[in-house]
Amino acid sequence: MTASATCCAIQGIAGVPVTVEADQSNGLPGFTVVGLTDRAIQEAKVRVKAAVQNSGFGFPTRKLTVNLAPAELPKEGTGFDLAIAMAVLRCGGHDLPRLDGTALLGELALDGGLRPVAGVLPMARSLRAAGVRRLVVPGGNAAEACLVEGLEVVAPGTLRACVEHLDGTAPLAPAAPGPPPEEAPSGFDLADIRGQPTAKRALEIAAAGGHNLLMVGPPGSGKSMLARALASLLPDLGVEASLEVAAVYSLRGALRDRPAASLRPPFRSPHHSISRAGLVGGGAGLAQPGEISLAHRGILFLDELCEFSRAHLEALRQPLEERVITVTRVRGAVQFPASITLVAAANPCPCGHHQDPTRLCTCEPRALAAYRARLSGPVRDRIDLVVRVPRQPYRRLFDASLEEPSAAVRLRVEAARDHQRERLPDQREPPLNALLAPRGLVGSCLPTRAATRLLAAAGERLGLSARGFHRVLRVARTIADLAGDERVGEDALAEALRHRGEPGL
Amino acid sequence: MLRLPRGAPGWPAALEHLHEPPAELWRRGRLWPPPVAAVAVVGARAATLSGMEVARELGRELAAAGVVVISGLARGIDAAAHRGALEAGGPTLAVLGCGVDVCYPRGHERLLEAVCDAGAVISEDPPGTEPAGWRFPRRNRLIAALALAVVVVEAGERSGALSTARHAADLGREVLAVPGSVLSPQSRGTNRLIRDGAVPLLELDDLASAVPELGLNPPRPRRGGGARAPDDPALRALLELLGDDPLHPDQLAEATGARASEVAVRLCALELGGWVATLPGGRITRAGGR
Repeated sequence: MTASATCCAIQGIAGVPVTVEADQSNGLPGFTVVGLTDRAIQEAKVRVKAAVQNSGFGFPTRKLTVNLAPAELPKEGTGFDLAIAMAVLRCGGHDLPRLDGTALLGELALDGGLRPVAGVLPMARSLRAAGVRRLVVPGGNAAEACLVEGLEVVAPGTLRACVEHLDGTAPLAPAAPGPPPEEAPSGFDLADIRGQPTAKRALEIAAAGGHNLLMVGPPGSGKSMLARALASLLPDLGVEASLEVAAVYSLRGALRDRPAASLRPPFRSPHHSISRAGLVGGGAGLAQPGEISLAHRGILFLDELCEFSRAHLEALRQPLEERVITVTRVRGAVQFPASITLVAAANPCPCGHHQDPTRLCTCEPRALAAYRARLSGPVRDRIDLVVRVPRQPYRRLFDASLEEPSAAVRLRVEAARDHQRERLPDQREPPLNALLAPRGLVGSCLPTRAATRLLAAAGERLGLSARGFHRVLRVARTIADLAGDERVGEDALAEALRHRGEPGL
Repeated sequence: MLRLPRGAPGWPAALEHLHEPPAELWRRGRLWPPPVAAVAVVGARAATLSGMEVARELGRELAAAGVVVISGLARGIDAAAHRGALEAGGPTLAVLGCGVDVCYPRGHERLLEAVCDAGAVISEDPPGTEPAGWRFPRRNRLIAALALAVVVVEAGERSGALSTARHAADLGREVLAVPGSVLSPQSRGTNRLIRDGAVPLLELDDLASAVPELGLNPPRPRRGGGARAPDDPALRALLELLGDDPLHPDQLAEATGARASEVAVRLCALELGGWVATLPGGRITRAGGR
């Protein structure tokens, strides 16, 4: 006699529905689970047996075989426990009429309790897309599962409650989405930073157009604070975008750091000692998303850019260009989302005091050259804005002058984003100036005659490369959007030219 | 490579002023014996960009006036002085702290060859001698002795260039120093020299009047005469704020009360007009004079 239940496996950032088939047959009593399982699923046998017996149900005493189909898909983790238990119970003769059309996710405790698992949100989305309408999850995963539109989520506390829900003796009410999460004021407010008008203006432009930004300055000049303040300038995410972000966090089991329903763009700042897999994704077993995907739709802040290895920086090339990252494994490649704004900070030299008017640089010229070579290459080519952050005189720190708060700047940023959306109505999400391709760039910039003259003069005088020319135009487009101008004028272009940064530092 | 024992024909008489003259000299290059009209331009290896620009300009002007520029081929000020002299096509003499066939620091190979072609490279150590820390102060006394005057362009508190200045003072050679900001660590040594009696060098005329034997009669250098002032009063105001000390755009914004975006627009106009230039650290400097 066979029975089945539905659950879900993870592949990349998506779920793949999995059918759990249980079969009882004559032979020596035993319990076998097949279907390309990992260690955790093999151990499920022990958990399931104990949980079923401790919940007061009989465990089949004949030869028991469980198959997870599709059997050629590698599966990992403890989320299959609950579905295996239900398939086994049904196979043992327990009548569970509501099991059809219901998917189950969750890990079992030996006493029959349910424990949350990682990746429930992406799995719930994929199950819904595959036509599943009812989902059973542990209580700890209910909040994220409820975010999926059109899915009835039930969150029993124990295996017994789950069985009684499914056999109709004690149906549970669907879990309701919780109240929207209290948004803790994220990071720094722009008003907390004294002075630095040039850097602040660069942050505003970066936020409005989604431009990648490089800050160069001596240690202690406030580069990290400025990067964190940039997060406070970004507009809220749309619902769809916030689900994409929450799916990545769910997969990493990192929803403690960031509530699933949060609409704020994420901010990640990995240390330069991070492994390559930690940055771009990978790891043993099934590939996990890395920091760059955790920063999807938000900011990836790389402090001490030149301390990151060349391999790490090379790995950023694809996401910066294609907005996704492909992790290639022996058994195939998976793609994770990685639509980020890169904010990088660097000291001007290894000791940090090169060209500092008040300190002496102690770097060997050779070390300096090697350090700067790190800054060229694939990442530097994709940074539109460069800003030099000077050390602040101490007196500035006690200065009580009024600084503009983030909320005021965010209003301008949102208006500028609206202009971009109007201009690119059917552009792929997100319609940002930073993503404007060279083709059609001049068309969307519509430079005025004076601006065209200025651009020609600048090209001659400053020796702009083709790439530099495109960078300047994209930034100028954003500056014009901030000013509400339809065409890129002379002033927008002049300001963009000041932010272009020389080759290197 | 030629060896010249002490007292042989062509032995520079100036070296006999030394307490312990070298026993021999090794030389590459045709400029020999070195003309008496020679000025040493020395300074820190860890120099600022503006310091190197001053050394280069000085080397250029001296060479153009036919004065030999003596220095030590080190990084920073020394190399800039040699390069300036070479640019003006003039003679220049390098005194090394290693063998004349050893290039130190590495990376100055081409400069070394150029100095050999246009002037001479000398050392008291035989060919093949590797550089060593103690050889450089010893070498400095030769630089001081061969020159009529020593100009220190930039020197930190413990720069080797100060030892050259000390030797020069002991030998009765004129010591000049280029003054710098009191805040700049690279100018602390030179400013101290001035306080202790060195002649401040602000322009070539100072050298001409301090050391008349050089026979310098340079045309008065033009300063700020290259470009006319911009027409826009906002641009003029910004330009006037920029003294000779480079400033960060933030400081300009603070001083004028303008927004960062406005300052950026004006700076771009000034930059394209050739009135200012952006230094690698992001600070703005006047570029008018040249």
